[in-house]
Amino acid sequence: MYDTNLVLGGKEFTSRLIVGTGKYSSMDVMRDAHEASGTEIITVAVRRVSLPSGESILDYIDTKRYTLLPNTAGCYTADEAVRTCYLAREAGLGEMVKLEVIGDQRTLFPDVQGLLEATKTLARDGFIVMPYSNDDPVMARKLQDAGAACVMPLGAPIGSGLGIRNPYNIKIILETVTVPVIVDAGVGTASDAAIAMELGCDGVLMNTAIAGAHDAVAMAKAMKLAVEAGRLAYKAGRIGKKLYATASSPLEGLPDWTS
Amino acid sequence: MKGARPFVSMTISVNGKSMEIPVGTTVDGLLTLLNVKREYTAVAVNRDITPKSTYTAVRLSEGDKVEIVRPMGGG
Repeated sequence: MYDTNLVLGGKEFTSRLIVGTGKYSSMDVMRDAHEASGTEIITVAVRRVSLPSGESILDYIDTKRYTLLPNTAGCYTADEAVRTCYLAREAGLGEMVKLEVIGDQRTLFPDVQGLLEATKTLARDGFIVMPYSNDDPVMARKLQDAGAACVMPLGAPIGSGLGIRNPYNIKIILETVTVPVIVDAGVGTASDAAIAMELGCDGVLMNTAIAGAHDAVAMAKAMKLAVEAGRLAYKAGRIGKKLYATASSPLEGLPDWTS
Repeated sequence: MKGARPFVSMTISVNGKSMEIPVGTTVDGLLTLLNVKREYTAVAVNRDITPKSTYTAVRLSEGDKVEIVRPMGGG
């Protein structure tokens, strides 16, 4: 079935699954999980090099094949997040950034005020801004107006695995904005990713659901299939929900067993 | 680094750690000293990002706070 590509800042992607590089049991498992997921975009954090400097995560990522998506995880102000993006750009990680401005340590919910401010600054400076946001349609519209290349509402708190907690808000966000909508955070298992895609989302971003699974490589494959299945189901157009049964077999032509 | 005063050192902070380096060391010199790969690395001195093109020109001073970052695992 024909499908369009995911377009972010003018770049086209066939895969609608974005995956991370954190918390894998080993670098080899991470590399194999990336392969199994079919992803084209991989998120990385930007951190101080350990001294003396040792093995790099980039020894396990083919940067010709994958687009790197540096994040601003751990930033609690717009200023910190913007500086991190500039550092990432100077490091040669490109202009696509996963913008996080965290507002609370326990929930890791975004500080939407700082997020909006940072989005404006970075979009003005030529970044392809992908903001991690709450599932608020009003904020989604503001982020779009500020120049965000997509909006990335959370399904549930980062790393929680609680799934899509408010599918109705996601649905409203989809009706509110014209930029791609990518569910970021909260996915626990394959059905969660499928639900996001069935709602009509343009993509799903996840890290812990794959990296933390008992068999990360198998879960990566499951997520690939779930995103594809959910996308297909969305494009196919599901049937309406009804309270009572509707027979699938004809009512006429039944043999008469009465004597 | 400078032939005239090879043993004169200064103290700077690199990624939060105090470090003694020869007076006159450039950013490029520091990266060599620490054996840090240039690819996918970025440097900031006292909060200002140092463009790669100026690594050999920018000399560090006593008390400078240097941050050297790279991509790490994250989501």
